[in-house]
Amino acid sequence: MTEAIRFEKDSNNIVTLTIDMPGQSANTMNQEFNCAFKAIALRVEEEIDSISGIIIASAKKTFFAGGDLNDLIKVQPENATEFFNAVEALKAPMRKLETLGKPVVAAINGAALGGGFEICLATHHRVAIDDKKTKLGLPEVTLGLLPGGGGVVRMVRMLGLEGAFKYLLEGKQVNPQAALKAGLIDELASDTEDMFAKARTWILANPKVVQPFDMKGYKMPGGTPQSPKVAQMLAIVPAILRKKTKGCYPAPEKIIAAAAEGALTDFDTACRIESRYFTELTTGQVSKNMIGTLWFQLNEIKAGGSRPKDIPKYITKKVGVLGAGMMGAGIAYSSAVAGIEVVLKDVSLESANKGKEYSANLLKKKVAKSRMTQEKMDSILSLITPTAQASDLNGCDLIIEAVFESRELKAKVTQEAEAHMSPEGVFSSNTSTLPITGLAQASKNAEKFIGLHFFSPVDKMPLVEIIMGDKTNDETLARAFDYVLQTNKTPIVVNDSRGFFTSRTFGTYINEGLTLLAEGIHPHVIESAAAQAGMPVGPLAVQDEVSMNLSRKVITQTRLDIIAEGGSLPVDSAEELTNRMVDEFKRPGKSDGAGFYEYPVKGKKSLWPELTKHFTKDDVQLPFTDIQERLLFRMSLETLRCFEENVLMSVRDANIGSIFGLGFAPWSGGAIQYVNQFGVRNFYERAKQLSEQYGERFTPPKILVEQAQKNQPFV
Amino acid sequence: MSTDAFIFDAIRTPRGKGKKDGSLYEVKPVSLLVGLMKALEERNKLDTSKVEDVVIGCVTPIGDQGCDIGKTAVMLADWDESVSAVQLNRFCASGLEAVNTAAMKVASGWEDLVVAGGVESMSRVPMGSDGGAWALDPASNFHTGFVPQGVGADLIATLEGFSRADVDAYAADSQRKAAAAQAEGRFDKSRIPVTDQNGVVILDHDEFIRGNTTTEALAGLNPSFQMPGQMGFDDSAKLKYPQVEEINHIHTPGNSSGIVDGAALVLIGSKKAGEEQGLKPRARIVSVALTSTEPTIMLTGPAPAARKALAKANLTVEDIDIFEVNEAFASVVMKFQKELNVPSEKINVNGGSIAMGHPLGATGAMIIGICLDELERQNKRYGLCTLCVGGGMGIATIIERV
Repeated sequence: MTEAIRFEKDSNNIVTLTIDMPGQSANTMNQEFNCAFKAIALRVEEEIDSISGIIIASAKKTFFAGGDLNDLIKVQPENATEFFNAVEALKAPMRKLETLGKPVVAAINGAALGGGFEICLATHHRVAIDDKKTKLGLPEVTLGLLPGGGGVVRMVRMLGLEGAFKYLLEGKQVNPQAALKAGLIDELASDTEDMFAKARTWILANPKVVQPFDMKGYKMPGGTPQSPKVAQMLAIVPAILRKKTKGCYPAPEKIIAAAAEGALTDFDTACRIESRYFTELTTGQVSKNMIGTLWFQLNEIKAGGSRPKDIPKYITKKVGVLGAGMMGAGIAYSSAVAGIEVVLKDVSLESANKGKEYSANLLKKKVAKSRMTQEKMDSILSLITPTAQASDLNGCDLIIEAVFESRELKAKVTQEAEAHMSPEGVFSSNTSTLPITGLAQASKNAEKFIGLHFFSPVDKMPLVEIIMGDKTNDETLARAFDYVLQTNKTPIVVNDSRGFFTSRTFGTYINEGLTLLAEGIHPHVIESAAAQAGMPVGPLAVQDEVSMNLSRKVITQTRLDIIAEGGSLPVDSAEELTNRMVDEFKRPGKSDGAGFYEYPVKGKKSLWPELTKHFTKDDVQLPFTDIQERLLFRMSLETLRCFEENVLMSVRDANIGSIFGLGFAPWSGGAIQYVNQFGVRNFYERAKQLSEQYGERFTPPKILVEQAQKNQPFV
Repeated sequence: MSTDAFIFDAIRTPRGKGKKDGSLYEVKPVSLLVGLMKALEERNKLDTSKVEDVVIGCVTPIGDQGCDIGKTAVMLADWDESVSAVQLNRFCASGLEAVNTAAMKVASGWEDLVVAGGVESMSRVPMGSDGGAWALDPASNFHTGFVPQGVGADLIATLEGFSRADVDAYAADSQRKAAAAQAEGRFDKSRIPVTDQNGVVILDHDEFIRGNTTTEALAGLNPSFQMPGQMGFDDSAKLKYPQVEEINHIHTPGNSSGIVDGAALVLIGSKKAGEEQGLKPRARIVSVALTSTEPTIMLTGPAPAARKALAKANLTVEDIDIFEVNEAFASVVMKFQKELNVPSEKINVNGGSIAMGHPLGATGAMIIGICLDELERQNKRYGLCTLCVGGGMGIATIIERV
């Protein structure tokens, strides 16, 4: 009956329950598991007198992968009662096994995450194979959920409130050694045999077991919320969290609530409280947004969803990077860390060396923090060859140019480098603004020319926007895609256009911020509205980072291009404001030490006090949500236009690209999911309203009009 | 009296068993109030910015119930930020005190729309956990000759000649009446189920009622106050009641009020405030009264309080159609009935706290609602609600259907 969990008893009357979900490579918590687990717990209870102990093990490579997100994403508010009951029903057998009085040991052979780790927590003793790559923990919060299988309750009872928050609120995953140190597991084993031997030994040595928190006289580590110290902590913890989340993320808030409320009650009541908050998060929109984009769509991308299917995987061996400035140095670093040989070329060896120095500095910090060995650092650095000689590019199967944004310069280095590149090699440009098709004209083979748009700082930013020129072929795309994955970054694929997808869309965010400022909105209100909408950096701060000099150059070039095409680009209020900032106030941005913000040598940046004097109009007051929605709507509408123009080809690339590249409010699931979760028809209506009130830039594009008629989400 | 105070609505939560295995143990007391506030707002399409104050009775206002639980609830219910709230404590009368205070605010003309009510989660904040000088400070204890209420209830029975069989019969009757009322759906109109944040029902009925209780079963229970009485409290009481030779300990958990969790709200305002919000007055608060009696016997306040309220209203006992006398202990109600000569069919017709439990801070507001619903059901005019109160106090309120 219980295929999914095998029941085997040995000569010592130790029962091993081996979880082996049929037809799955990893065990997950789905309906089938729940039924099997309930049945097996019942059998154990019936036969308990003839059982000396229980080992819970896995037949898979990993122990248990956690809850089944395919199921969770479907649960709607109207299913709340049913779902709550199902969660409670799942917890019951875990509690049952834990309270039969016989020792229960988790034999953790590999990764145990989320629900899988919660099964481990419901045992009396946890033995894990000491493999540094094994991940243990409760990452639910990163997908907008909480550990609803007793994880919150048991972690709090094991580690105390403060101790548990560290794991619950950050979704921190640890390897077995760290888990042992933290008290999350009890014992390490060298291999499978050792693990089972240790499990059996412990069972025979501990024939009668009660969880510490079920014992009389149990005291919660650190104290319950009734102790003055914990009470004080709980009064400030919400504020500390909100400082980070700005209230955009319900999951960590509900975790704190479930933990604190559960700490005041008995175990079963605490579990019920946890189930209620779990139901709330699971049925809520934010978890749907985050699971949909940050789990399913991200996995699709990593599995090659936007890569041509029939071309064999290619491993890039030697990459040439042209230009050892900030971007080139970062690309060299990311490639070398991935084990790829790098030739870092600049006009002088001195500049090239400086570029390599960038990698050395990043690695030194890791070594200093004991996150890397000196040997590892040396081997990574040995992969980077700085040079001023184009001939050193011989044999490169990929070249990425990262020189200044000048068509002439780019054409020159392209031709110079291509002469040395391997004949099968791919040439790419890290331009963020210049159309790839135009740049490809300098190439001897436009089919093998592609855009690889990295984001700054390269070592931290996870996204690479791959841009297809008109002539770029599928094999080139496949190679570029494989290379991006090789460097542990996330590729999205777009078609050529001015500003591609990311720069173009990000431009609208900045433009709207400046427009609001020009309208007379207080600058701090604009920045706060952005933060409370979930954006990591306000539009004015971002503009300072980019520099208004650079933005002006881009606008000027764009205008020239558009005029050349027979069109025109009128000067808007944001551009006028930029002109005043640069020409009148000499405050082009951060790199010049003065922009919308002041940048003191010591201490935090702060808004330039005279900004309000020049721009803020006290009689202009907008509803706060209008400001928030104007900023997000601009980006979502531009993303939709990118779809309409076939610059973007998939919703997943749009969502992931917007979050990873632009910082688009992650709670929303990205620029398209923001539209979906707003309700496509509602979004359309609101865009129309904004358009009437604030200008044509909010006019719904055709693709939105059509989708709104159907009122179907974009998929 | 310049302005009439009207009752527009009166709602309550079900009462949950006030122990760890009670259904409402997992629910924070403030959530009980918030659920009712949202229901009150929705049922009456209430513009909360017109509510001038919220008065909430709570007897153990510490921990979960601390920090002005009324205002906390107002904020959590997302009522208009102009709404103020206060928590008050008149022991077991707190809920009715809240109603009376609200009525006085309206009657004085100084406020037009007030929400009154009460809350007590006895499972989460145990009775007596707020301490206090009266019992716990020896000097104060000596000065007052402190004796727990239960001994007072037993003393009433002794003085009045009520036997164990009498009080058990009363208790069984309360259970039977409450069970019948619940089965008949008499509470449904005003009892708002407690749900969780997802709308999942946590409790939708009064779970303390044991309708099949028999006097035989009740007779088997041990008296609650025999041991503390014999340890010394009896003799403390006898210092004041020298005529008593032996206190007859007859009150048990079966014939005393149950320990439960619950909350109640009553919407009170002037005729004009009601009209502005489209609210229909259901009853007028005719008169209110407070008194205090000898504190050792402690529980004899209801009769004098009722007489005072009747006198103020220029009414007689015979004018009252429905009496709600809180069943703190069986002897309290029996003494009241005997003293005022009230016929049984007029008193606690749907049972009381012996059957349903007595959530200390909320009960007074609950019985106002139950009394009003019953007046409407029977199509009668006057109701009188009264409770015995710690320190010998008594409280009474007379309402008239309009």
